[in-house]
Formats: sequence, C-alpha cells, structure tokens
Amino acid sequence: MDAIIEIAIAKYNYWMYISLMMIGLYAIIAKNNFVKKIIGMNILQTAIILFYISISAKRGATIPIIRHAEGHGHEAVNAMEYMNPLPHVLMLTAIVVAVATLGVALALTVRLYARFETLEEDEINDQIREAQ
Amino acid sequence: MLIHAALEFPVWGDPNAPAHLHVAPEYLERAYEETATPNVVTAILADYRGYDTMFETAVIFSAGLACFFLLRTRSRKDPGDRFFRHLATDMVIRIQNPSMKIPDTPYLQPMDSFWTPRSTIVRAASRVLAPFIQLYALYVVAHGHYSPGGGFQGGVILGASFILIALSHDLRTCMRQTPEKLIGVLSPAGVLFYAGVGILCVLAGGNFLDYGALAGWFGMAREAARSLGILLVEMGVAACVMATMVIIYANLSSAGGHRQGL
Repeated sequence: MDAIIEIAIAKYNYWMYISLMMIGLYAIIAKNNFVKKIIGMNILQTAIILFYISISAKRGATIPIIRHAEGHGHEAVNAMEYMNPLPHVLMLTAIVVAVATLGVALALTVRLYARFETLEEDEINDQIREAQ
Repeated sequence: MLIHAALEFPVWGDPNAPAHLHVAPEYLERAYEETATPNVVTAILADYRGYDTMFETAVIFSAGLACFFLLRTRSRKDPGDRFFRHLATDMVIRIQNPSMKIPDTPYLQPMDSFWTPRSTIVRAASRVLAPFIQLYALYVVAHGHYSPGGGFQGGVILGASFILIALSHDLRTCMRQTPEKLIGVLSPAGVLFYAGVGILCVLAGGNFLDYGALAGWFGMAREAARSLGILLVEMGVAACVMATMVIIYANLSSAGGHRQGL
C-alpha cells in the first residue's frame, strides 16, 4: 500500500497529464457540438504541453537563464543548476501550433454555421443526407 | 496503457532523468559562451533550432492566410434585417425590407446585428491601458535575451493590445489603427525578414541562419553577432505573430465582414 501511495505522489505530473488527455480525447470523440470538440482538442494539447514541461523540471534547479552572465561570464556553467531548456523550446512552438489550429478550426465552424445554421454534428449529417 | 507506461517513467524532478542527460547539458553549458545570450531558451529557439522556428512562423502565417480566405473572400449575402447607424445622431436604423436600396452615403454606417455598445468605463480604461501594453510588448521582444520573453510572446502581447481595443470599442476603431492592408503586408513580411536574415548569412559566407557569419560585416565578435541575429529574427517573428493575431481575430469576430465585430 505504501509503495502505491509513493508512486502516486512521486509521479503525480503523469497522472495529471493522463487524466487531462483522456478528458480531451473524450470530448473530441463523444461530443456532438463542434465548439465542444474544439475545446476538447485544446485540452488535449494542454495535456501534451504539461507533460513536456513537467519532464523538464529538476529538483533544486532554476529557470534556464544563466545567472551572473554580465561581468564574470566565463565561469563554467553547472547544468544541474538549471532546468532542461529543450522541452520549453519545443512547447513554445507547440503553443503556437495550438493557436494556429484553433484559429483555423474556429474559422471553419463559422463557415459551417453560415451554411447549415447549426453546429451539431448529427443535424449537419442529416441535412447532408437529405440533400443527396 | 498510458498508466502502465507512466509507471516506467522517471519520478518528477529527478535530475538524472534520461531527458536531462544527452543534449540539454550541452546547450546549457555552451549557449552563453557561443551566443552571448543568457536566456538559453531564446538561444536554442532562434539560433540552434533556427529552421524549426522559421517554419513555425510560416505555420502562423498560413493560419492567418487560411482564416482570411475562409471568411473574408466569400460573397456575403445579408439575410434578414439590416442595421445602419446614423453617425451624426448615433441613432440605429433597422431596415426590414430586403429589396430596399441604401444609398452609399458617409452619414450611414452598416452595422452587425449582434453588436452591443460598450460601457464608457471599459472604453476609457482600455484606451489608457493599450499604449502601456504595447510598450511592455516591445520590452518583451527586445529583452528576450535576458529575461523570459521573445518574439512569440511579445507579438502575442502586441496583438492582444489591438484586440483589446477591438473588444472595448468596436472592430472599426481597431481596423483604423491597423488597416487590413498593413497587417496583411506585415504578416508575410515577418516571415520574409526571418528568411532574409538567413540569406544574409549565406551572402556573408556562412550557412543559412548561421548568424556568426555576420560578424565580419558588423565588425563585432562572433558571439555578439549571433546575439544580434537572434534579436533580428525575433523582430520578424513578433511582426508576423502580431499581424496574424489581429487578422484571425478580425475575421472571426465579424465573420469576415470587418464591420462592428462582436
């Protein structure tokens, strides 16, 4: 029992990311409204970002900006004192892609609403079937 | 399955996790010596991974382009009632007869039916706030070497200040400050500026986006030239991101009409 609690606490970032990711996947697959699907997609992307950022954490480390850089800059930098900068960079670009996909997805829903006057997936499918 | 996989992952905050042991220490130990940029995230983003960031900027630009073509270019038919505002008296006229022609006068302004006037307090507060937000955005762009920040963040803050104006006044006020043609030019210009810095490096005798090659031209140390190159591409990124944010918001909030907005 103690071992299970220890695992649950030591790896809580992974449990958070798994639950957020499952919430997002559920919304994408099961929800009928397109705006809710888009919100689910955003939650999924947030889960990925949380996963990467939590990987970059080190115990007792600070943000990856070299201290005392001006003046005595040529001291050796100890990599243990700074967090891993690489996941931060990757997630910066992932956030940008998230914004871009969100903008395009919302533009598509605006067009869908103008064409079908509803955002429910089954109603749009019915209208397409009737038109055939 | 994910839970089972997570059991094998390193615990949170473990300094000896595999992710920290391969390429990341190299970046941390050499980034300041090689690029004179204390913020390692900025150094990796704009220098070591310059190609990635350049095409990232291209992704942003194409998202703005997609919004523009999806919403702005279709022929709009206005079903139902039309609303016009008489500018001198601020009265709103509602026209129910769809066949009635409205003369194209400067006294009448077509309006979106879903627009509601804003409170004076909100308008005054955001009018005072907007220049400070823009100043802070420029600081974030220019100071991205020394503190958290950079082109993407500064560009988003700059775009948000214009979106704040559009939200608190109306979209027309915002589009008077940032005309559609200006932001339509600024968005690709940011990407081209970034690529142009890369081509400049090729002309100076280095590889594409190898800012150290510019050192000879500007008469400075190789590290300082790389720092300058990072600043230049961040400015390109900021211009592209700012313009694209305004394009996406303007097209989404008015369904491409660019009238009153939300």
